[in-house]
Amino acid sequence: MMDLLTIVPAAFLASIWDWFALAEDGSVTFGWALGRLLLLLLIVHIILILSALMVWAERRVSAWMQDRLGPNRVGPEGLLQPLADLGKFMFKEDVIPKHVNKWMYTLAPAITVVPAMIMFAVIPYTGTVDEEGVATSWQIANLDIGALYVLAVAGLGVYGITLGGWASNSKYSLLGGVRASAQMISYELSLGLAIVPVILMTGSLNLGDMVNWQSQNGWLILTQPLAFFVFLTSSYAETNRLPFDMPESETELVAGYHTEYSSMKFALFFMAEYTAMAVGAALAVTLFLGGWTFFGLEKIHWTVGVLIFSVKVLFFMFAFIWVRWTIPRFRYDQLMRLGWAIFLPLMLVNIMMTAGALALGWSWLLWILPVALLGTAFFVAWLGWKRDEDRYQPLPTSPPAGGEA
Amino acid sequence: MTQALFLIFGATAIASALTAVTRQNPVASAIWLVVMFFSLAGGYVVLEAYFVAAVQILVYAGAIMVLFLFVIMLLDLRSEYLEHEGKPKLPVLGVFASVLFLVVAGIALFQAIDAGTFSGTVADLDGSAGAIGGAIFGKWLLAFEVTSILLLGAILGAVILTKRRLT
Repeated sequence: MMDLLTIVPAAFLASIWDWFALAEDGSVTFGWALGRLLLLLLIVHIILILSALMVWAERRVSAWMQDRLGPNRVGPEGLLQPLADLGKFMFKEDVIPKHVNKWMYTLAPAITVVPAMIMFAVIPYTGTVDEEGVATSWQIANLDIGALYVLAVAGLGVYGITLGGWASNSKYSLLGGVRASAQMISYELSLGLAIVPVILMTGSLNLGDMVNWQSQNGWLILTQPLAFFVFLTSSYAETNRLPFDMPESETELVAGYHTEYSSMKFALFFMAEYTAMAVGAALAVTLFLGGWTFFGLEKIHWTVGVLIFSVKVLFFMFAFIWVRWTIPRFRYDQLMRLGWAIFLPLMLVNIMMTAGALALGWSWLLWILPVALLGTAFFVAWLGWKRDEDRYQPLPTSPPAGGEA
Repeated sequence: MTQALFLIFGATAIASALTAVTRQNPVASAIWLVVMFFSLAGGYVVLEAYFVAAVQILVYAGAIMVLFLFVIMLLDLRSEYLEHEGKPKLPVLGVFASVLFLVVAGIALFQAIDAGTFSGTVADLDGSAGAIGGAIFGKWLLAFEVTSILLLGAILGAVILTKRRLT
């Protein structure tokens, strides 16, 4: 009787599992395709729910950092606030101003949100480890050029923002759109160059192979701290988050590229931003922090891998919020100078040195040089800051009114 | 299935390229050109040249066209202006360039057919990143370097054209 209770469900589960697997000769079956589709749906919904929760988290965390309460009325701790927000977005009138270019105005939010979402296709969220410690990552699509796919798709989000700004036919929107295109082009360069040392060291463009390499040779944040720092900063600029939110910049441009948008179209822009944040966090984790692995803990079960990955990603998403409410906005010329005059040469030097060390087989150099570079970078930044500080002259205070008499 | 997909991507590419050159509005032209790049990338994917497809999106759609859009948006071209000034400036030069391009493309095509590389997919030649890197930095190194010098010349030309005084 006992056997019947344990074996039968196990066999039943195994048969379901097999139905979703590839055929024995590796060809595609209907079950496999259906399984992929279900997985895709599941992950898309996780992303949607996550970005809704992030809006709640942003408001709560910012409130916490500013010693306020934040939204805490709807549901426990205000957790149902996103649902209320969604209802409001849905039932608001969808205003299309008369002066806009209707086609592009309608298309722009969709163009913004799609690239952010399809980036998740190549990010490994968990996997299994065999006896020799070789990890097999699981993702929706196992692309051999995963890193290139990510870079290519990351560059597309800018179209929606730029077109939205242009099609709105208003000066604030246009300025936001122009700023967005210049900013994202500039930081795409340092983003791409920051990934190059990772590709050089792991010897693969496949994100799953990168995770596997890191689980065997140590996380890349240790050998490439500078690349990690530049990657993270550039991803803040790519997602238009503070301290680089020039395209929105409420104090100068009303709301930047989405000034003229309302209702669900505005919500799509909002969603794209939070989805891009999640992707940025997931990429930083996958490229530099060992993805779903954590010192052998992932060997227990593949569900533990999901948990490890989620915790790491959530930490970086928290960091996005943390930075937003800590660091003030950059000025536009500072932003451009940082991207072109500091990050770009720094990353080029980093690539040359990593490539040189790998070619010569000096593994010790790989450990020392990045750290030295990071130190130099911070020293130069400190020098610049000190120079600005020395230059600063307090404005002459005007004499109190009527002081002469 | 593959054949059908390839034909669809090819037809989309030609149609969107034609649309791009016939639009009055330069922003619309740019967007149709992006659609063309995507269909081209789709064609590469069908041919199993994933690396080329990714680079196509990364460089052309992701970087170059964004810069184009940036410039177009800053130009603020009005439709009245386009009607008067939008005519081709140097028709002779245009015809000359088109003929030159057709000749070069034709020679390349016939040579490829002669060499037998035209039949079969890129997968037969291995379209992976490693194979392409080996070809560029091995057999075709000289051509690659000459191309980069050409690009450098273009950059220098652009800088000289935009500088008012070279001091």
